[in-house]
Amino acid sequence: MTYLLIITVLILVAISIWQISKIFELSQAKRDDSQIANDNDNKWNGNLMFAFLLFIYGITLFSFWKWGDVLLPEAASEHGSEYDNLMWISFAIIFFVQTITQALLHYFAYKYRGKKGQKALFYADNDRLEAIWTIIPVITLAGLILYGLYTWTDIMTIEENEDALVVELYAQQFNWKARYAGDDGVLGDANVRFLQDFDGRNLVGIDATDPNGLDDVVVQELHLPAGREVIFKMRSQDVLHSAYMPFFRAQMNCVPGMITEFAFTPTTTTADMRMKPDVIAKVKKINKIRAEKSKELMANGEEALEPYVFDYLLLCNKICGASHYNMQMKIVVETPEQFEKWMASQQTFAQFIQ
Amino acid sequence: MSTVAAQVHEEDHGHHHKETFMTKYVFSQDHKMISKQYLITGLFMGIIGIAMSLLFRLQLAWPEQSFGVFEVLLGKWAPDGVMDPNVYLALVTIHGTIMVFFVLTAGLSGTFSNLLIPLQIGARDMASGLLNMISYWLFFVSSVVMVMSLFVEAGPAAAGWTIYPPLSALPQAQPGSGLGMTLWLVSMAIFIASSLLGSLNYIVTVLNLRTKGMTMTRLPLTIWAFFVTAIIGVVSFPVLLSAALLLIMDRSFGTSFFLSDIFIQGEVLHYQGGSPVLYEHLFWFLGHPEVYIVLLPALGITSEIIATNARKPIFGYRAMVASILAIAFLSTIVWGHHMFISGMNPFLGSVFTFTTLLIAIPSAVKAFNYITTLWKGNLQLNPAMLFSIGLVSTFISGGLTGIILGDSTLDINVHDTYFVVAHFHLVMGISALYGLFAGVYHWFPKMFGRMMNKNLGYVHFWVTAVSAYGVFFPMHFIGMAGLPRRYYTNTAFPYFDDLADINVVITVFALIAGAAQLVFLYNFIHSMFYGKATEQNPWSSNTLEWTAPIKHIHGNWEGEIPHVHRWAYDYSKPGHEEDFVPQNVPLKKGEEELQH
Repeated sequence: MTYLLIITVLILVAISIWQISKIFELSQAKRDDSQIANDNDNKWNGNLMFAFLLFIYGITLFSFWKWGDVLLPEAASEHGSEYDNLMWISFAIIFFVQTITQALLHYFAYKYRGKKGQKALFYADNDRLEAIWTIIPVITLAGLILYGLYTWTDIMTIEENEDALVVELYAQQFNWKARYAGDDGVLGDANVRFLQDFDGRNLVGIDATDPNGLDDVVVQELHLPAGREVIFKMRSQDVLHSAYMPFFRAQMNCVPGMITEFAFTPTTTTADMRMKPDVIAKVKKINKIRAEKSKELMANGEEALEPYVFDYLLLCNKICGASHYNMQMKIVVETPEQFEKWMASQQTFAQFIQ
Repeated sequence: MSTVAAQVHEEDHGHHHKETFMTKYVFSQDHKMISKQYLITGLFMGIIGIAMSLLFRLQLAWPEQSFGVFEVLLGKWAPDGVMDPNVYLALVTIHGTIMVFFVLTAGLSGTFSNLLIPLQIGARDMASGLLNMISYWLFFVSSVVMVMSLFVEAGPAAAGWTIYPPLSALPQAQPGSGLGMTLWLVSMAIFIASSLLGSLNYIVTVLNLRTKGMTMTRLPLTIWAFFVTAIIGVVSFPVLLSAALLLIMDRSFGTSFFLSDIFIQGEVLHYQGGSPVLYEHLFWFLGHPEVYIVLLPALGITSEIIATNARKPIFGYRAMVASILAIAFLSTIVWGHHMFISGMNPFLGSVFTFTTLLIAIPSAVKAFNYITTLWKGNLQLNPAMLFSIGLVSTFISGGLTGIILGDSTLDINVHDTYFVVAHFHLVMGISALYGLFAGVYHWFPKMFGRMMNKNLGYVHFWVTAVSAYGVFFPMHFIGMAGLPRRYYTNTAFPYFDDLADINVVITVFALIAGAAQLVFLYNFIHSMFYGKATEQNPWSSNTLEWTAPIKHIHGNWEGEIPHVHRWAYDYSKPGHEEDFVPQNVPLKKGEEELQH
């Protein structure tokens, strides 16, 4: 009902804008039908330019005040803080430049609004000025590029190491699976041709003749030990998908026909994360919204929404078809002991074959 | 060289041809008529594209609610008025395709390159009127095919405007990848042919048909922008054509250029050895320059309008030309920044980060030069001027976030989120749209011999300007919160529940912005027939098009084409009575031409 009301209001607003401007037009026509801006137009629009500058600042401040808490969720991986530093430095530069340039642009538009008889300054060139505003961006960008590339190389360089946990993320329309390499740390060969083996229950298509695959473990919920590097190998069986894990500042496409890689070290267990003040506040806010929605639903005789509990997320972030919006997997980060215990309770591929 | 061609044409022009309705209004070879045809077709496509965005904005603000308007417009694709997820994807796909290619490439470049190139360089017409006509009609056919694809049983293409395979290649993957996708590809192939013919014509015309005295360094910045845009188009569009053809081969003839190891709907497909990443490279080899194909003409138009209405020379003409060239060059070597996390080698990512961030330098120069042009001007705030200033504003706001997205590291977490959507809508969508509007308000008198109503223009600008920021500023926030784009709804993730009210705000502003465009449409159509008759040179502008008669004649000028004696930006030049000195006015005795 509310949306209907809003739409009606909007249509009315649209009609009134139309009508007002028409009246405006009619009332203007008699006095002066020149369609070229005169001093009065310049004055009005110049003032509005100044007001518009205030609007841009206003909407910026308002958005940060109202929605600032949704920006960049709490980082939970080792490179996360590095990423966030670079992000906030870039943001600081952007805001600085944005504030100044918008001010100059709109202030000049207001200050130098035209008047009859006034003449503009004939000012066509100034090499020194132009050199200055070429060199300043060059220096700033050189800094950002160097810092960015340093971080990028750091994040993307995946060194083979014995301690790392090797996990395959397997994407299909419209769900995720994960495969652990097991004790040998090596994933067995796999291909879509093997998907139909074992009555189609070979979920990620492991090659049964490859001994490396025998200790592999395939699961539907991703468990990760805190403090240990995880090397992800991504695969897809049908179309492009993208494994997006915003809390870990991690993302990589899953491409049919090839294996892509990404690695990070989770730092905070799910349980610890749930105790962080920011997360508690966020969960509270969301549950308030859900409680209100539930009331509305129950009034219509529908079921209430379940209260929200924080969990890490894996989302699909490359358009993949109708249910793209709901292709997700829960990620559980736990202590190494909890992880080993959970792992021991899973069925290996060898056990599955028997 | 230019003079010889012009003279030959001139003699030819002496006798007027009899024109029928068909040759004058339909199969016209006159650049002025073709420009109007482009504009009107572009606006028609724009209405479809914008209306689609309003439909999916309704779904995003009030997910899975029933809307009467869905039932009416989408029929069986919106059972009980609730939008189907496949239709949502189709709407975002076609919205993107139509806005980027049909409105902001053909509608913008097609209209103003055609109108202004001959008139501003002093030529009788385009180098080849016939090719020009064919170019428009190919565009028309491709528009018809694209619109037809909306009525296909299973729905139009729905794989996103980038149509990445395998999603776009396999009809099993989604309903839109059947006949709808075939029509999309056919339409785009025709579109590319049209664009290439147009671009070749623009290049040849600018190089060969300039009037006497119109050296390259006296060209108005509009022409520089159109010229360089045409070159980028010729370099990059053929690559998209090859991508489309290879995709057609994969889809219809069983080849494996982009496909490998696929299991779908319980079946292993035969494809071996292809790679979707190859498609991404080919697509973005056009896709990124395309941003500048859309943006440069808008910037060119803005340069011209800001100088004219500030009554000042454009500041730093040489630097402006140099930055157009620099942007054009860099635009062809940055495509990989769309693919940082596509699985390509991270080292390549480093290279593309480097080249991408370099683009910020010429862009910054342009922005500062626009601002300095306003300084100590005598600003005539006509609607066209407002849209031009608005363009500079959104170009800065949108361009700055490019520093984040162009940085491979930062891209990891905001790639394909609403942050990207906000960024590119501001920097190329809204900016280019403002360029289109500015151009229409400014050159409407030249096109139709009448003036548009300025007060309606003011209402149009201010409502649009406020709502554009109202839509896209908050969108950065939901992107930074991690919400992916192309999601039918975000209700599947309770984590995103607190973004719902931001989505409502965005949709409300989008609806207001949509309503404001009705004011423009009304103004446009009304002024075409009942607008005030224009004066010869309503904006007191220096460029040659205002010396041509108001009533369009074949060949543009009665008698000889005016000769050019100075650059286009002698506004408020000391020693002159008036605050403008048209390009065809000879230098006074002792007057020096500005060295630029």
